[in-house]
Amino acid sequence: MSTTTTPQRTRRRGELSRAGSLTSHGILIVASLIALFPIAWLVFLSLGPDSDDYLHPAGIWKKMTFGNYSFVLQHTEFFDWLKSSLIVSLGTTVIGVTIAATTGYAVSRMRFPGYRKFMWVLLVTQMFPIAVLIVPMYQILADLQLIDSYLGLILVYCSTAVPYCAWLLKGYFDTISFEIDEAGRVDGLNPFGTFARLILPLAKPGLAVAAFYSFLTAFGEVAFASTFMLSDTKYTFAVGLQTFVSEHDAQRNLMAATAVLIAIPVAAFFYLVQKNLVSGLTSGGTKG
Amino acid sequence: MTVAIDRATGKRHGDRAPRPGPGGRLRRGYQKHWYAYAMIIPVVVVLGVLVLYPLAYGLYLTLTDANSLNTARTIGVNHIDATYKFIGLDNYKDILFGPTSYDRFWSHFIWTIVWTALCVALHYTVGLALALLLNQKLRARTFYRLILILPWAVPTFVTVFGWRFMLADGGIINSALHSLHLPQPDWLESTFWQRFAAIMVNTWCGVPFMMVSLLGGLQSIDTSLYEAAEMDGASPWQRFRYVTLPGLRSVSSTVVLLGIIWTFNQFAVIFLLFGNTAPDAQILVTWSYFLGFGQQPRDFAQSAAYGILLLAILIVFTSFYRRWLNRNDQQLAI
Repeated sequence: MSTTTTPQRTRRRGELSRAGSLTSHGILIVASLIALFPIAWLVFLSLGPDSDDYLHPAGIWKKMTFGNYSFVLQHTEFFDWLKSSLIVSLGTTVIGVTIAATTGYAVSRMRFPGYRKFMWVLLVTQMFPIAVLIVPMYQILADLQLIDSYLGLILVYCSTAVPYCAWLLKGYFDTISFEIDEAGRVDGLNPFGTFARLILPLAKPGLAVAAFYSFLTAFGEVAFASTFMLSDTKYTFAVGLQTFVSEHDAQRNLMAATAVLIAIPVAAFFYLVQKNLVSGLTSGGTKG
Repeated sequence: MTVAIDRATGKRHGDRAPRPGPGGRLRRGYQKHWYAYAMIIPVVVVLGVLVLYPLAYGLYLTLTDANSLNTARTIGVNHIDATYKFIGLDNYKDILFGPTSYDRFWSHFIWTIVWTALCVALHYTVGLALALLLNQKLRARTFYRLILILPWAVPTFVTVFGWRFMLADGGIINSALHSLHLPQPDWLESTFWQRFAAIMVNTWCGVPFMMVSLLGGLQSIDTSLYEAAEMDGASPWQRFRYVTLPGLRSVSSTVVLLGIIWTFNQFAVIFLLFGNTAPDAQILVTWSYFLGFGQQPRDFAQSAAYGILLLAILIVFTSFYRRWLNRNDQQLAI
């Protein structure tokens, strides 16, 4: 028996055999198609001029048009919805981050009586099902005549955005060296000064993550917006999009076009921030 | 916490002079911690006004028979005062044990548990499989990653409508099944297929988050561990079982808990997929919404009671989960 084994190409760590690499590519391509298809389908349907085109998609090739888009932009409340969505999401973001910033710092650096209880409250508020608050909020806002107002919806969103931002920011402040605080203290700054002058400038990436997250959550929220916004010029996109399909009439082509118009900027924004978002969401941790 | 140093002031907790009396302790505590309290006061106020007060009010409503016919409301210029009355724990008794409580609560409860378990299991296994594939040295890896997170990048309320077009009676999915001579389920009408469709859509929406988080976890595992395992002759399965999975434990425990909470509370997918048309496919959250806002008269008291029950379930579950993790010497990173 010959002792020479067949000369195997030495593979470096992590490199795949040809078959392994083909399988991996195969699975990933299938998965990518599944991820892509529903959205691509929406884009394709948005080019068909008739509301029943989704039943005969092959016909769309022959009569493709951007008519739906121009109709949506000119003859629907699209820009009103855009305005409402931006007001509500940006309002929530600004209030949420501003209010949560000092708290995130305090729970990152200081241990005070009631600390654990406070952290527990922050944790529990994040898992409130919408069903808990929606009924009492509706009653309270109705009493205050804040139903169908931007301020009302912003306040409702802040109930989840504020604790979430505080939690995310705590995670970020934890990664900033405590020696910086020491240095500030030695230089005679009180904790407020340390926070405002030393920590806050360093925490810009963390603040950005909290802001992105609040913005995206508020932008995509469905339940409160569908219930609390009554006049169709104040709908956010999440509500406005539903109005295309009612019991009597379904303008699916217009809805698809609107959906695409909403999806493109949001997805672009998401791709710009996604790296930070992911690390912020999973490592924004606490120990203790 | 092992080190009890107040990190902002650098004072050690143990360094105190002999214990002063209660009044003195309060004063000292105030002097020592006042900036901590000053810094958290904005959030405390916001939570008090926007969360605790509505929560308490909601709790009170669950003890009444409030609905849209007897609560205070303004029609035109007329203001009608509230006339609902206190009925104690009757709502809870009715929901949990009353006649037809199985149809109204327990069937939704069971479906919610099944829904949460299946969705999170699918999110996790599919997410992990894709993360493992993406963690290889592979051409076009970034490109795949960017495409695979697309379902997360586009807002759910947009993609669900895409799915609705595809699942509709003559939609693309059934056309495709038809041309393959397979049976064509009526996705949006019969209960089983509604549930199937809901799980499918939610899995599609939720996998990217799991995939990306687990990919981050995989990349943080020390490669020398794999080298050592390989030296010891561990098979690929053994390397996965004894290096990869333990290395992912802390990320996994966090994302699984988040996944469970999010899926349990998932409103948009089912609400937008079926509206109010599919009573049997509603999980508890959407069912509670239906009671409070999707029917006439709106039953505010029962809806709020469902909300309180849901919150109770989540709190109990989370504390058990944390305790279980602590026993296994794991820290939860949220």
